Amino acid sequence: MTRVAELLLLLVILTSFLALGTARVSACIRAVALQGLLLGLLPLALYPAGGAHIWGLAVGTVLVKAVVLPRFLNWAIREAAVRREVEPRVGYPMSLLVGVAAVAAAFAISSRLPLPEQAHEMLVPAALATVMLGLFMLTTRSKAVVQVVGYLILENGVYLFGLTHVERVPFLVEVGVLLDVFVAVFIMGIVVFHINREFDSLDSSHLSALSD
Amino acid sequence: MTWSAVAAVVMLFVIAPLVPGIAAKTKARLAGRRGAPVLQLYWDLSRLWRKGAVYSRTTTWVFRVAPVALVATAGAATCLVPLDGARAILSFSGDFVAFAYLLALGRFLLVLAALDTGSSFEGMGASREVTVAAFAEPALFLAFVAVVVASGETSLSGALGAALAGAWPTAAPALAMVAVSLFLVLLAEGSRVPVDDPATHLELTMIHEVMVLDHSGQDLALVLYGSALKLSLFAALLVGVVAPRAALPPLVALPALVAGIVVAAVAIGIVESVTARLRLGRVPQFLTAASALAALGVILLLAGSGT
Repeated sequence: MTRVAELLLLLVILTSFLALGTARVSACIRAVALQGLLLGLLPLALYPAGGAHIWGLAVGTVLVKAVVLPRFLNWAIREAAVRREVEPRVGYPMSLLVGVAAVAAAFAISSRLPLPEQAHEMLVPAALATVMLGLFMLTTRSKAVVQVVGYLILENGVYLFGLTHVERVPFLVEVGVLLDVFVAVFIMGIVVFHINREFDSLDSSHLSALSD
Repeated sequence: MTWSAVAAVVMLFVIAPLVPGIAAKTKARLAGRRGAPVLQLYWDLSRLWRKGAVYSRTTTWVFRVAPVALVATAGAATCLVPLDGARAILSFSGDFVAFAYLLALGRFLLVLAALDTGSSFEGMGASREVTVAAFAEPALFLAFVAVVVASGETSLSGALGAALAGAWPTAAPALAMVAVSLFLVLLAEGSRVPVDDPATHLELTMIHEVMVLDHSGQDLALVLYGSALKLSLFAALLVGVVAPRAALPPLVALPALVAGIVVAAVAIGIVESVTARLRLGRVPQFLTAASALAALGVILLLAGSGT
């Protein structure tokens, strides 16, 4: 069963790369939906004898991350008339290279972390990598919807961290659902205010371009 | 040097023109056409071989050397790959570097020949070909590194041998990623569809075909044969990574290689049928993705070996 879990974790990392490398907003959303589905299957693969709690977690995750949020995002694109291109600030090839460096760093760091003995040794590096990839996407894409996708990936990484402790503190993972609510608020904001690009800017150089 | 290694190299020399033929046939069948015969390239080669070549007055000896060099370098590179699964004709530590740069040497001379014609159009094709090659090289080397890490051997004969077969059960996901990366490199190096289109004759979209516009007769035959040999060599390399055949007796390993190459050719045809050619600006992204995939494979293999 751990082999299946390893494969799922690998696919989670690859879907992050898919979201990072694609030029279309809709493909980005499809990638993150696929990632949500994989994350939903993961508890079942990690804890085969989990019982009702694990099943609830799996079903809830798939429902929220793979069905509701992607639909919500697609609806936001339609409502706010977002254009289809991702408009990255860092080019796609460079993004992929930074992503590979992030994954390498994640594996290097987690091999040095003083972790307790774990059966699922790929879980922590995969979680770290997903968080870093999400953060990178969040900071280097100029479109609000794509930034939300980046945030979702980052949050998926947090969920992966939570999975290491799901048997001892199930409460922690459930609190993670609150982060999904936060995503929903983001999307509502995009729709209500018709935000196409970044939320705000602290760049004071815009002020010097002012004219009367 | 064993008889099976020599037989395997001779066999690859013979079946090389079959690979583009099978790919074209697959493509035609999927499009509902009957398509050219699978052996078409053999007829083309024999027809071109009987014709004389025409040389422009601006060309020098460089132009005449390039086709011969292309076939010679590809042939030399073939001798480094363990085609029978066990051992290549030539094998030494780090020979994958020689493999990569023998092919690069052939391409370099072909590019020089294209520049030698003095045509700005061929110069453009040459510059594009070199751009693609520069992006394909890291992916190829990372794939080699992955195979070397997985097997712990530093020659192609060792790395694609029994040790790799032993690594597959424990590191299947990483090696599968490397195989996909190698297939993308094959598409780029063989000038196939997402990168280049062997069937196009529209000036602005040609890459490899532009460079060889001035070659004719026997020179063109050599260029066509060299390209086909390179394509089937990459297919053989891919088969070596996906299905190490060191444990098999040579009489089983050779037909298995042929079957694998045919499967790769059909896969090329399918890819050509279902994907559109990439815009030139997207090609670096495509090949960087191939490099990223191979790099992830290396990372996973290193993490898996506990270092």
